[in-house]
Amino acid sequence: MNVKDKVIEIVAEQAMLEPSDITMESTPESIGIDSLGLVEAIFAIEEAFDISVPFNANAPEESDFDISSVATIVAGIERLIAEQKS
Amino acid sequence: MKRVVITGAGTINALGQDVASTQEAMREGRCGIGPLEFRDVERLTVRIGAQVKGFEPESVFNRQQLSLYDRFTQFTLIAARQAVAQSGLTFHGEMADRSGVVLGTSGGGLTTQDENYRAVYEEGKNRVHPFVVPKLMNNAAASHVSMEFNLRGPSFTVATACASSNHAMGQAFQMIRSGMCTAMITGGSEAMLCFGGVKAWEGLRVMSRDACRPFSATRNGMVQGEGAGVFVFEDYDHARARGAEILGEVLGFAMTSDAADIVMPSKQGAARAISGALRDAQVDRTRVGYINAHGTGTAANDKTESAAVADVFGTHADDLMISSTKSMHGHLIGGTGAVELLACLMALNDGIIAPTIGYEEPDPECALDVVPNEAREREVDVVLSNAFAFGGLNAVLALARI
Repeated sequence: MNVKDKVIEIVAEQAMLEPSDITMESTPESIGIDSLGLVEAIFAIEEAFDISVPFNANAPEESDFDISSVATIVAGIERLIAEQKS
Repeated sequence: MKRVVITGAGTINALGQDVASTQEAMREGRCGIGPLEFRDVERLTVRIGAQVKGFEPESVFNRQQLSLYDRFTQFTLIAARQAVAQSGLTFHGEMADRSGVVLGTSGGGLTTQDENYRAVYEEGKNRVHPFVVPKLMNNAAASHVSMEFNLRGPSFTVATACASSNHAMGQAFQMIRSGMCTAMITGGSEAMLCFGGVKAWEGLRVMSRDACRPFSATRNGMVQGEGAGVFVFEDYDHARARGAEILGEVLGFAMTSDAADIVMPSKQGAARAISGALRDAQVDRTRVGYINAHGTGTAANDKTESAAVADVFGTHADDLMISSTKSMHGHLIGGTGAVELLACLMALNDGIIAPTIGYEEPDPECALDVVPNEAREREVDVVLSNAFAFGGLNAVLALARI
């Protein structure tokens, strides 16, 4: 499973939706994921890809990880995999 | 001062997953103690307990709830749902603001701690689930009850080891009696039956490896249980005005401290709590027909408790019945007084006194009518529930039929 499909699976499970309901443009708010749900989704992403995601729930906008949409999350994970697994 | 009544009850424990099945087991003198089943149990020397079996959390709670609910919270919510449903109360507006939750627990989310310590120490993981803290905190159960039923008044958790739920119910009682609250969800919960939980108790060497036999000369220690008991306490006038079914009246409550020893019980501390509850209830001691004992099945507790009862009741000690239902549902530590209150309600409402099972041989130091092995039919007007905790903290409730 590629990064995009895995992220969609994790996000869909968190939002209690079907993966087909999630698009690359979906934002956490648009699919009903609150701040606690976001923290849980990031934990699931760390577990799935065995990476460490620099995300601070106190100041999401200052984190070096863009969570504004599924697309930015996928891009961020691909970058982290490249950095942390190289 | 307001009168305080009980208008709802709920439970899940080794004897049953609701009040009716639990009281039926108590009537039949059924034992809920058996071989423990959990990871690494083979590394324990104590391998028995009163575990809740046949309970599938996934059938009751969704995935997101389960990520936040430790087992002790799951037990609490199941019991609270039963209690609130029975009471028929809903909480809106001023009623919501004047109602709250006071629950007892000793270990809180101990299973969550156990699993996550295992993950980081034993398995060397460097990452834990983000909800470990809100899941393990001792007030998690009380908070989730407040959220589920919209209880917006005073809510908190009481932790006084084995007396936690009696202390909690005593607080709820006083808050309604004083006029501060209209209804309170109260009781307690415990889920310590995991490797670390039992291993810690093993260290004290007060646990039995075969059975819980309170007051019997052959007793050899306590046996742990798990589960929850939750009640709705309500202002009598409020309950009466809405025509609620009343399960019993809470007449009085007292708490004392031994101020003596961290584990050894004191006869004086226990006796002061018992006589204090009678004084608070303003009932003559001769009206007490039944005492649900703390009765842990340890050498020290049972003889000390018997001596305290003899001291307080004098010659009436020979006329009253006292039993320990821990012989059936085990010692639920911070939730034990709440499950034991069900035996008190059964005595008041059905005239059936739950037995002390596993009783083999009289002990001259426990020379009371302990209702050995078989339940007894007897009408009683006033009952007591004793709880005496490690740390010398004692809490006794007095109840009556209304």
